Amino acid sequence: MSKELIRLQNLCMAFDGEPVLNNINLYINDKEFLTLLGPSGCGKTTTLRIIGGFTTPTSGDVLFDGVRINDVPPNRRQINTVFQKYALFPHLNVFENVAFGLRLKRIPDPRDPSGKRTIRLSEEEIRTRVLEMLEVVSLKGFENRKPAALSGGQQQRVAIARALVNQPKVLLLDEPLGALDLKLRKDMQIELKRIQQQVGITFVYVTHDQEEALTMSDTIVVMDKGTIQQIGSPEDIYNEPKNAFVADFIGESNIIDGVMLRDKCVKLYGREFACLDSGFAENEPVDVVIRPEDIDIVPPEQGQLAGTVTSVTFKGMQYDIIVDFRGFKWLIQTTDHSPVGARIGVKIDPDGFHIMKKSAYSGQFGDYSSYSDEYDELSDADAVGADEQEDGYAE
Amino acid sequence: MRSKGAAIPYVVWMALFVVAPLVLVVIYACTSRDGTPTADHFSVMLQYAAVFGRSFWLAFIATLVCILLGYPMAYILARERGRLRNMATMLIMLPMWMNFLLRTYSWVFLLERNGFFNTLLSSIGLPKLDIISTSGAVVLGMVYNFLPFMVLPIFSVIEKIDGRVIEAAQDLGASSAQVFRRVIFPLSLPGVLSGVTMVFIPSVSTFVISRLLGGGKKLLLGDLIEMQFLGSAYNPHLGSAISLVMMVIVLVSIGLMNRFGEGEGEAVLL
Repeated sequence: MSKELIRLQNLCMAFDGEPVLNNINLYINDKEFLTLLGPSGCGKTTTLRIIGGFTTPTSGDVLFDGVRINDVPPNRRQINTVFQKYALFPHLNVFENVAFGLRLKRIPDPRDPSGKRTIRLSEEEIRTRVLEMLEVVSLKGFENRKPAALSGGQQQRVAIARALVNQPKVLLLDEPLGALDLKLRKDMQIELKRIQQQVGITFVYVTHDQEEALTMSDTIVVMDKGTIQQIGSPEDIYNEPKNAFVADFIGESNIIDGVMLRDKCVKLYGREFACLDSGFAENEPVDVVIRPEDIDIVPPEQGQLAGTVTSVTFKGMQYDIIVDFRGFKWLIQTTDHSPVGARIGVKIDPDGFHIMKKSAYSGQFGDYSSYSDEYDELSDADAVGADEQEDGYAE
Repeated sequence: MRSKGAAIPYVVWMALFVVAPLVLVVIYACTSRDGTPTADHFSVMLQYAAVFGRSFWLAFIATLVCILLGYPMAYILARERGRLRNMATMLIMLPMWMNFLLRTYSWVFLLERNGFFNTLLSSIGLPKLDIISTSGAVVLGMVYNFLPFMVLPIFSVIEKIDGRVIEAAQDLGASSAQVFRRVIFPLSLPGVLSGVTMVFIPSVSTFVISRLLGGGKKLLLGDLIEMQFLGSAYNPHLGSAISLVMMVIVLVSIGLMNRFGEGEGEAVLL
């Protein structure tokens, strides 16, 4: 059922000698929802622009249905794009924006037996298809509005309709929800997934928002520094991160130095813990991931480890508690309140540990010593700002 | 209150130098020399219909030529980057730093019966051309003097077109020519419209260019008005009336153009 549609082979890209993509190998299946996920500057947008035909790779090939399309210009690819900030035509109303691609389309003339002559689509056909597509994105009745008279969410849906009406084989989406507020973003995530299933085509989606990626994707490609870090289903990526970068980028993680004593037994802080992982060398140093929600709080004497609560943040659904274990701070998410200064024990089930081989990212992530909400928000805002620069036209 | 106080100098300025002269023009236009109200000037003006016609016609031609020359220039400039673009912009601006009269005089020198071009032509054995004192020379003078006013607004509008919109058009299947016709050109219309106003208005009211390059034979509205105030035919009342009519015609045509522009969904920079 899943047929390969796009393949990127040994793709490398450099701007002014500065490497942006580093030997990218990736295949995308037909009807798949694939997300390129990573922080700003990781090369995800460049990868998307290469698939769209707006950027030519320095080396490597782009195959579409088995055919090399490196030199095919964007207007001749069966691929359409939903651009960041939509890029609607400001001088055209909603109807004409959506009809833009159809008005340019030429189909074989049915009256010409040789099939060489082409004709434009008839006005009725354009009208039917545009209205049908506006119905799909729930924008019926907005045909005569100019883009400037639409809200962000509506502009977003016009951009999607404008791309989808051409019945592309692949739809590329470049951070399409980045400019929307949280509530609308959540609604649009579900909406996008529904549209993708309804029209049954491949979506390649770029985002730096891990939650968005987990919600919508069939496959997630985690990228950093121009390199693919991990490819997998949302569950795989979350439960079995390959290295500290992935573990930290997808959700919250406590990442602790450990030693794999033998199969299913790991040593942390001088204590042995049972886990489910195996296949490591004896006494191999490893990174141990413990998700904040997999940690149970128990009285200190019953815990596998005991620490002191240093900060408590109410998050609505849960408390985010920072606990100091011998100078290393953990994040624990729990529904039970523990006051700052309290001494608590923690208990982790064997399936709460995930063991990773050491990597270049070891030691860089997973410590919550500098944790604060402002810090997180600041770095998020940075990510959005920097992304815009990354996506600026590379000259 | 503070903002109102700050506006006072401008209000005074406007009243003194914009409103008052306009009121004077209207009063002069509607009175005779002894101060009695009259509409005679407007009927007298009919004998100058040819001058009106010629002025508007030549200004129209000059504006058209400016569009045909200026649009491609602005387009190429806006697509260009870096030093070449800065230099080209400089070259377009450069003549504007010279005195208007001087610039126009230099054309007299170039086009004269025994001027630069004719000397050049006869030196290679070609017959001399009578360029000076023709309508063509007047149009040439207008185009030369006012071309930058066409190029710059078009340039600044094209330059601001979001590159993503152009990519979106390509993405939807548009070839380069289609991108231009369906996206870039419609989006650049506001620049063209403001360029048209900025070229047409000075062209229709000029008197220096027609005096110097038209040899005084091709009387334009500007010359006619100037004659009524400073020249032999001294009659400020008729001069005011002509100015008034010209102003009304120009305002109406700009109004119509802007209406057309709004139909395209664009605000005209005026």
